[in-house]
Amino acid sequence: MLRYILKRLQALLISLVVASLVIFSAVEIVPGDPASFMLGINAQEDTIMALREQLGLNVSLTQRYFTWVTGMIQGDFGTSYTYRTPVSDMISERMVISLPLAIYALTLSTLIAFPAGIIAATRRGSVADVSVMGVTQLGVAIPNFWFAMLMVVVFAINLRWFSAGGFPGWDAGFFAAMKALTLPAIALALPQASILARVMRSSLLDTLSEDFIRTARAKGLTRRQTLWRHALRNALIPVLTIIGLQFAFLLAGGIIIEKVFFLPGLGQLIFQAITQRDLIVVESVVMLLVFAVILVNFTVDLAYGLADPRLRRSR
Amino acid sequence: MNAAHFLRSRSFMLGLILTLIFVFAALISFLWTPYEIDGVDIPNKLHAPAWPNLLGTDQYGRDVLSMIMVGARVSIAVALVAVTIGMVIGVPLGLAAAAKKGTWWDEIIMRGNDLVFAFPSLVIAILITAIFGASAINAIIAIGIFNIPVFARITRGGALSLWERDYILSARVAGKSPARISIEHILPNVMNLLIVQGTIQFSLGILAEAGLSFVGLGVQPPTPSWGRMLADSQTLVYSYAYLALFPGLAIVLTVLGLNLMGDGLRDIFDPKVRKSRT
Amino acid sequence: MSLLTINNLSMKIGAVEILRDVSMSVDPGQILGVIGESGSGKSMTAFSVMQLLPEGATCTGEITLGDTNMLTAPEPDLCAIRGNDVGMVFQEPMTALNPVKNIGDQVAETIRIHEPSVSKAEALSRARAALDRCELPGDRFPLTRYPHEMSGGQRQRVVIAMAIARHPKLLIADEPTTALDVTTQAEILDLLKRLVVEDNMGLMMITHDLAVVSDLADHIVIMKQGEVVEQGAAATLYRDAEHPYTKALFAASSHQPDRSAPQHALPLLQVKNLVRDYSLPRTKLFAPAGKFRAVNDVSFEIKRGESLGLVGESGCGKSTLTRAILGLEALQGGEILLDGKALVTGGHISRAARRKMQVVFQDPYGSFNPRHKVARLITEPFHLLDTPPTGLAHDLAIDQALISVGMAPDDKHKYIHEFSGGQRQRIAIARALIIRPELIILDEAVSALDVSVRAQVLDLLAALSEKHGLTYLFISHDLSVVRSITDRVLVMKSGEIVEQGETETVFEHPTHPYTKALINAAPRLPDDIKETA
Repeated sequence: MLRYILKRLQALLISLVVASLVIFSAVEIVPGDPASFMLGINAQEDTIMALREQLGLNVSLTQRYFTWVTGMIQGDFGTSYTYRTPVSDMISERMVISLPLAIYALTLSTLIAFPAGIIAATRRGSVADVSVMGVTQLGVAIPNFWFAMLMVVVFAINLRWFSAGGFPGWDAGFFAAMKALTLPAIALALPQASILARVMRSSLLDTLSEDFIRTARAKGLTRRQTLWRHALRNALIPVLTIIGLQFAFLLAGGIIIEKVFFLPGLGQLIFQAITQRDLIVVESVVMLLVFAVILVNFTVDLAYGLADPRLRRSR
Repeated sequence: MNAAHFLRSRSFMLGLILTLIFVFAALISFLWTPYEIDGVDIPNKLHAPAWPNLLGTDQYGRDVLSMIMVGARVSIAVALVAVTIGMVIGVPLGLAAAAKKGTWWDEIIMRGNDLVFAFPSLVIAILITAIFGASAINAIIAIGIFNIPVFARITRGGALSLWERDYILSARVAGKSPARISIEHILPNVMNLLIVQGTIQFSLGILAEAGLSFVGLGVQPPTPSWGRMLADSQTLVYSYAYLALFPGLAIVLTVLGLNLMGDGLRDIFDPKVRKSRT
Repeated sequence: MSLLTINNLSMKIGAVEILRDVSMSVDPGQILGVIGESGSGKSMTAFSVMQLLPEGATCTGEITLGDTNMLTAPEPDLCAIRGNDVGMVFQEPMTALNPVKNIGDQVAETIRIHEPSVSKAEALSRARAALDRCELPGDRFPLTRYPHEMSGGQRQRVVIAMAIARHPKLLIADEPTTALDVTTQAEILDLLKRLVVEDNMGLMMITHDLAVVSDLADHIVIMKQGEVVEQGAAATLYRDAEHPYTKALFAASSHQPDRSAPQHALPLLQVKNLVRDYSLPRTKLFAPAGKFRAVNDVSFEIKRGESLGLVGESGCGKSTLTRAILGLEALQGGEILLDGKALVTGGHISRAARRKMQVVFQDPYGSFNPRHKVARLITEPFHLLDTPPTGLAHDLAIDQALISVGMAPDDKHKYIHEFSGGQRQRIAIARALIIRPELIILDEAVSALDVSVRAQVLDLLAALSEKHGLTYLFISHDLSVVRSITDRVLVMKSGEIVEQGETETVFEHPTHPYTKALINAAPRLPDDIKETA
C-alpha cells in the first residue's frame, strides 16, 4: 500500500509542477505590462519602474516563476495589482463561500444519486427505474444556472422561502449562512446527481451480472444480501472516479452559480480580476482550482486503493 | 444493423427529431427570421408572448423567437467545432497511444491527458479570456481542448481491447504496419464508440457554451446566444419570467435531443457487438 | 431413495425452448456425469436445480431435492437450501470470487448465512477447516489472502471450499476444470472424488469432455439440444452406446485423422537458442526492474512436410515462442532460420519470409474483423505479395481457397457473424492458405471447438497437408489432439523444452518426469472405445 501511495504522490507532484508551468507561461505571454496598466497612460517612466520593482516584475522569467511557486507553498500568493492587498487574503475571504458550497452540493448530489441509482438498478424495468431514468435524462440536460434562475423565481420570488441571492456571512449564524447556500447547492447538485445516479445504476447493473454474484447466490444469499455484501463495494469503484471529477466541476461550476445568486465567492473575484486585468489574481485562483482538482483525483486514487485490494500490489 | 434498427429505436428517433428541429431553426435563420434582430425597437419592448411575437420581445424590443433561432447557430456551431477539434486531435492520439502501448509515447499521451483533465473547460476559458479577451473563439478553444482527452481516452480504451484480438495479430502476420492496422482495423471498430461519445460531447458542448456566454466568457454582444439571452434576462426575471424560460427550454430540448440520440445509438450499436461475440 | 430426482424437466426462456423432458437422478455418494456439446442445455439443467435461472425462464416438470420440490419452493426456502443442502462450483474460477473480499470472509460467509448464531471467529475457524480439506494449507494460504493473489486452480479450490463448507448432500460442478491446465485438472478431479467419498455426497458433474468423466462418474447422461439422448451406467455405456449421437460423440472424441503426407529430410524452420525476456514491474522503488525469462534457450527444427506438436501448460512460454516465430516479439538471444535464411534481419521480418508462414488462432470469434466480408478477410495476406492477383485471378483465388476448406464460393459475400465456430476456423484456414505458405502455425486452432466439429477440422488439416505439402507447427494444451495430428512433439515447461521426440514414442515412453506427469494427468477414454471407433 505504501508503494501505491508513493507512486500516486509522485504523479500528484508532477501534475502540479506541469500545471503551474502551463498557467505561469500562459499568463506571462500576455501582451502589456501590468505596471503601466495599473498606473494609467500618463504615468512617469520612473514611477512605472518603481512599481515594476515593487511587484517583482523586473527580474528574469525563471526567477519570477520560482518566486511565485515558493510563495504559494508558503501561502503567499503575491500582491493584487489592483487592490495592492495580499492575494491570499482575497482568496481566503472568498473560499469560505465557494468551498462550503461545493461540499454542500456534492453531499446533496451523493445523497440523492446513490439511493436513486441503487433502486433503479435492482428494480430494472420497474416504474421506479423508468422514472429515475426519465428524471435523470432531463436533469442531465438542464443547465444548472437556468435551473437556478427558475428556482429563484419559484422559491424566492413567488413562495418567498429563500432570499433571491446574497450571503449574510458566517457571522450571521450557521443556519442563516447554510440557508443562503441551499438554493445554489441544489442548483449545482441536480445535474450532478443525475449523472451520478446513471453511473451508479449502470455500474451496479454491470456488477450484478458478474460471476461472483452468482457464486454468492449459490451460497444461499438472498438478492438483498448479495447486493449489500458483494455488489455495492465493487460497483462503487467506477462511481468514485465520477465523484472526484464532480467535485472539480462543482468547484469551478460554482463560479457560474455564484453569479446567479450574487454570492461573493471565488467567481466574483475572478470575473472582477479579469475585467481589471489583475492577472496575478487570475493566475492564483486558476492555480488553486487546478490544485483542488489534482488533489481530489489523488484522494480518489487512494480511495481506489482502499476499495480494491488488487490495486495495492500491482501498478 | 440497418435503417430499420434506427427507425425502431424510440429514443433515437425522438432525439433525432428534437435535434433536427433546432438544426433547421439555425439553418433557416440564415435566410429568414420572423423579425430582424439587429435593430433596437424600444416601443415594442417586453411584450409578453402573443401574436405576432410568439415568444415575446426582450428589453430592446427584439423578437425572442428570432433571437432563439439565431442563437441556435452559435450554440450548434461552437459545440460542433469543439467536438471536431476533440476528435481530430484526440482520436489519433488515442490510436497512437494504443498502438504504442507501454512505451513512453503512451505514457506521455496519457499523462498529458490527465493534465488537461485537471483544467475544467471553464478554467481554460477564464485563462484565455484573461489573456486575449472574451470571444466566441474562446468558448470553442476551451471546450475543444477539454474534448481532446475525452476522445483520446475513449479511443485508446476501445483500441487496446481490439489490439488483443486475433485478427489484429493476423494483420500483423500479414506484414501490415501499426499505423495501417490502426486505420484499417481499429478505427472502424471504435467508430461506434466515437459516434456515441460525439453526440454526448456535442450536448455537453452546448451546455458549456451556454454557461460561458452566461458569465460573459463566450459569445459577445450583439451576437445573440442562448447563454447571453439568459444572462440579459437575469435582472428582469422577477417580472418577465418568459425571457428566461424560452432560451432555457431551447438549451434543454437540444441537449435532451442529443442525449436521447446518443442513448439510442448506443442501444442500436451494442446488441450487434454482443451478438457477434456469443 | 434418490437424493436428487429430475423428472420431465422442460424450460423456456421467453418463447425459446431450452430444455425438453429432461430426467435424471443422483444418489448419495454417486457421481453423475452430464455430458454434452455447447448448446446441449447441460449447464441450464444445473442452474434449474439451483433455481438460479436467467430472467424470464420458466420451468415445468419436477426437481426434487431430498423432499423439497425446487420448482415450487418459495424463494426464502430456496435460499436456505442453496449453499446448505446443495453447493455449486463454476467453470471460471478467475471470476467466481469477489475480488474485494479475502478468501476467509468469503468461505465463512457460507457458514454464517445458514447459521447466523455462529460467531465470526467460529465461522472463520470452520472456513479454515474447509480450506484445509480442499488442500489449501493455512501456512501458505492464510484466510486474509485475496483472490487475485492466487492461481486459477487455487481459486477453484476456494470455490469448492465455499460449496462444501456446510457439508451439503449434493454438489453441482459445472465444467469445474475446463479453464484449468491438465495437471491442475487432475488434482481438482481427485479432490472432488475424495470429498464425495468422505461426505457421502452426491456429485453432478457437468462437462463437455467425455474423458474427464470416464474414470470418475458412476452414471452418465448424454445431452443434445436440450434433451437427454442416452443415459446409463458409466462402465457399460462406453461399450453399449446405442443412440447414434452418443456413438458419434465417442467416435469424435477418440478421432484419429488419416495422415500420410510425405516428409523430407530438409529442415524448413530452425530455431536456435531462442531467448525472450520480459521486464517485470518494479517491486522496489529504486531497485532495477526484474526480468522474467519466458523462453529460455529453446532450440528445435521442423522438417518440410512434418507436423510438429508443441505441448505445455499455460504460462510455459509456448505462446511467446509462437509469437516470436511470427516476428511479433523482440528477441534477446538466438536466431530463427526459415529455409536456411535468417528470419529476422534488421529488426523485422522480410515480406518474402512472411509469405512462407501463416497462422490460425484459437478463438474463432476474435480472429476476424467483424466489419469486413469474407472475401476481404481471407485476402488480407495478399498484402505480402509484390503483385497481388487482380480481377478474375483475385476472385478465382478466393473461390479456390474457400472450396479447399469445404466452404462455398458464395460465402465470400457474407460477414463473419453469419458463420458457426467450426466454419470460422475453416475460413481462418482459408486465409492462411490463400498465399500458399509452406508453414502454417496452428495456435490452439481446434481448442475452442466442440468435439465433433474438432474432428472434422482435424481431418481437413490432414487432407490439406497431404494435398499442398504443408508443414504444421501445432501448438496445444490438449495432449490427445496433439497425439492424433503430429509426427513429432516438443514438451515445454517454464520456458524450456524438456523433452522432444517422435509423438508415439514420447507418449508411450516418456522420459522426463514432467512429461510423465502431464501424460498421467490427462484424462483418457477407456481403451475399448477406441476399437469401436
